[in-house]
Amino acid sequence: MTAVKRVPKDQITIEGLTGDAAIAHALKQCDLDVLAAYPITPQTIIVEDYQKFAANGEVHCRVIPVESEHSAMSACIGASAVGARVATASASAGLALMWEILYCAASMRMPIVFAVANRALSAPINIHNDWSDSYGARDSGFIQIYTQSCQEAYDTTIMAFKIAEDHKVLLPIMVCIDGFILSHNVERVEMLPTEAVENFLGVREPFIKLDPDNPITMGPLALTDYYFEFKEQQDKAMDAVPDVFAQVEAEFEKMTGRKYGMFEEYKTDDAEIIIFTHSTPGGTAKATVDVLREKGEKVGVLRLRMFRPFPTKEITEAVKNAKAVIVFEKCRSFGAPSNPLALELRTALYDLEKRPMVVDFVIGLGGRDCPPTTIVEGYEKTKEYLKKGRAPLYETLGVRK
Amino acid sequence: MALDFAKGITEFRWHGRGGQGVITSNQMLGKAALAEGNYIQAFPEFGPERTGAPVRAFLRISKTPIQVYAQVYKPDVVVCIDPTLLDVVNPTEGLKEDGILVLNTDKSPEEMRKKFNFKGGKVVTVNASTIAMDIMGRPFYNMPTMAAAVMATGTVKVETVINEVLERYPGKVGQLNKAAMERAIEEAQIG
Repeated sequence: MTAVKRVPKDQITIEGLTGDAAIAHALKQCDLDVLAAYPITPQTIIVEDYQKFAANGEVHCRVIPVESEHSAMSACIGASAVGARVATASASAGLALMWEILYCAASMRMPIVFAVANRALSAPINIHNDWSDSYGARDSGFIQIYTQSCQEAYDTTIMAFKIAEDHKVLLPIMVCIDGFILSHNVERVEMLPTEAVENFLGVREPFIKLDPDNPITMGPLALTDYYFEFKEQQDKAMDAVPDVFAQVEAEFEKMTGRKYGMFEEYKTDDAEIIIFTHSTPGGTAKATVDVLREKGEKVGVLRLRMFRPFPTKEITEAVKNAKAVIVFEKCRSFGAPSNPLALELRTALYDLEKRPMVVDFVIGLGGRDCPPTTIVEGYEKTKEYLKKGRAPLYETLGVRK
Repeated sequence: MALDFAKGITEFRWHGRGGQGVITSNQMLGKAALAEGNYIQAFPEFGPERTGAPVRAFLRISKTPIQVYAQVYKPDVVVCIDPTLLDVVNPTEGLKEDGILVLNTDKSPEEMRKKFNFKGGKVVTVNASTIAMDIMGRPFYNMPTMAAAVMATGTVKVETVINEVLERYPGKVGQLNKAAMERAIEEAQIG
């Protein structure tokens, strides 16, 4: 691997790609050895497109069309254990069926890249977007990054391998896009030349691998004697992610001029109210804030990208001077005092002497559209709660009651 | 409060039926806009496409990156490629007062204005069904309807769109579509 250089403009290909296609193209350039997946809407195009590349001989990768998602993740672990670079993709019920194996992938420290087109869980059957699927897997030990645009999905997929495969990390990573809203949305994507991507990533160097000439056993059994120590190591690996992430992004920026951070701060410097969300609502919130700012409202957006590990200190620092933080999240944690994103934020802020008010809105379940007017409604409600000095722990927005 | 969340963005809404090429023409117009250096979003009304069922698609075109991710509620342009839908949906719903309505119909712009009580903007009618049958012998009327929309809106150059079509459908199919599009541009009525 040679030093990363800025890719000249004339080597960049600009294309209109859906979020799924953007990820498929990124995977095509990442020199995968194995891709194992089972089709499910709305990630289908990722694997379909990749299968086409494989059938046309454009990639030298073994595509394993398994019989279920449980097998898909199992095959990924097997391939990753022999030192291969591995990816898969899924959503919703497919991700749910992987459940048991997600934990194995993380505990066995397999740097698998997993593209998730976020989709609601049944019942009733719904193919549209919310974040219940990957939020549910938040404790599995996967790194989780949520992206807003097709360009960001492409870029993040490439970076994901370098983060996951770093020996300080060695953890699987989910790259999430909003199902349909991004997965089926054609946007402008700048693609790098494959040579640049290959140079950036290099070849995976496994820390340890399954090898018939030098046999070992991976992930067999640890009871009361050593299980806890494995978990302790896994926890440390997660702690190492932010530094590695920053290094990888810095190198990527050298190559492309683009960087995203663990989160994006938009007009937050003097903001009295900060909107906290991620994925496509992060974009919609920025567009909404532009309009509210014109009316003189002091409001900004903190668009989260990295949900696992949660950048606790940095986010606390970024929002601590606001009067209120409005969380918009597409998941209801049934029976919980509030919901996954707000719970993280409240935990992060708890030790502050003076805390911003946290207002939590559950939006967009099952793909219910979240236009700027939904953001404005939450904003107006929050101003009322600030006047009153208290807010409910959470509420739903944009639903018939 | 009436706030404009789409400043600097031209927004299209398409109506048609599953299988008629609504998604394809929407993407193709988007890709043409992209080829002219714009940022775009081209997406269907999210759902499993069912042949024959009413479907919608949306397109945003802008000189700067687009941040908003939601359906289009106040389009600048509405295109309806299926004449039978005009008795089922109201294509003017949400259409801006100075917006453009493009319809595949054998009726005149005046008749359509009356039917939908649409007084502002522009109404463009084109008999794309007949054009498609005459030239292609099959009811592929999405491309001629799109051509009329491109001509009437001027958001993207006609040549750029035709190039996209030729690229996607090389050979005879592309040439037939091109001929249908050119005839649609000649015959479209604006009123």
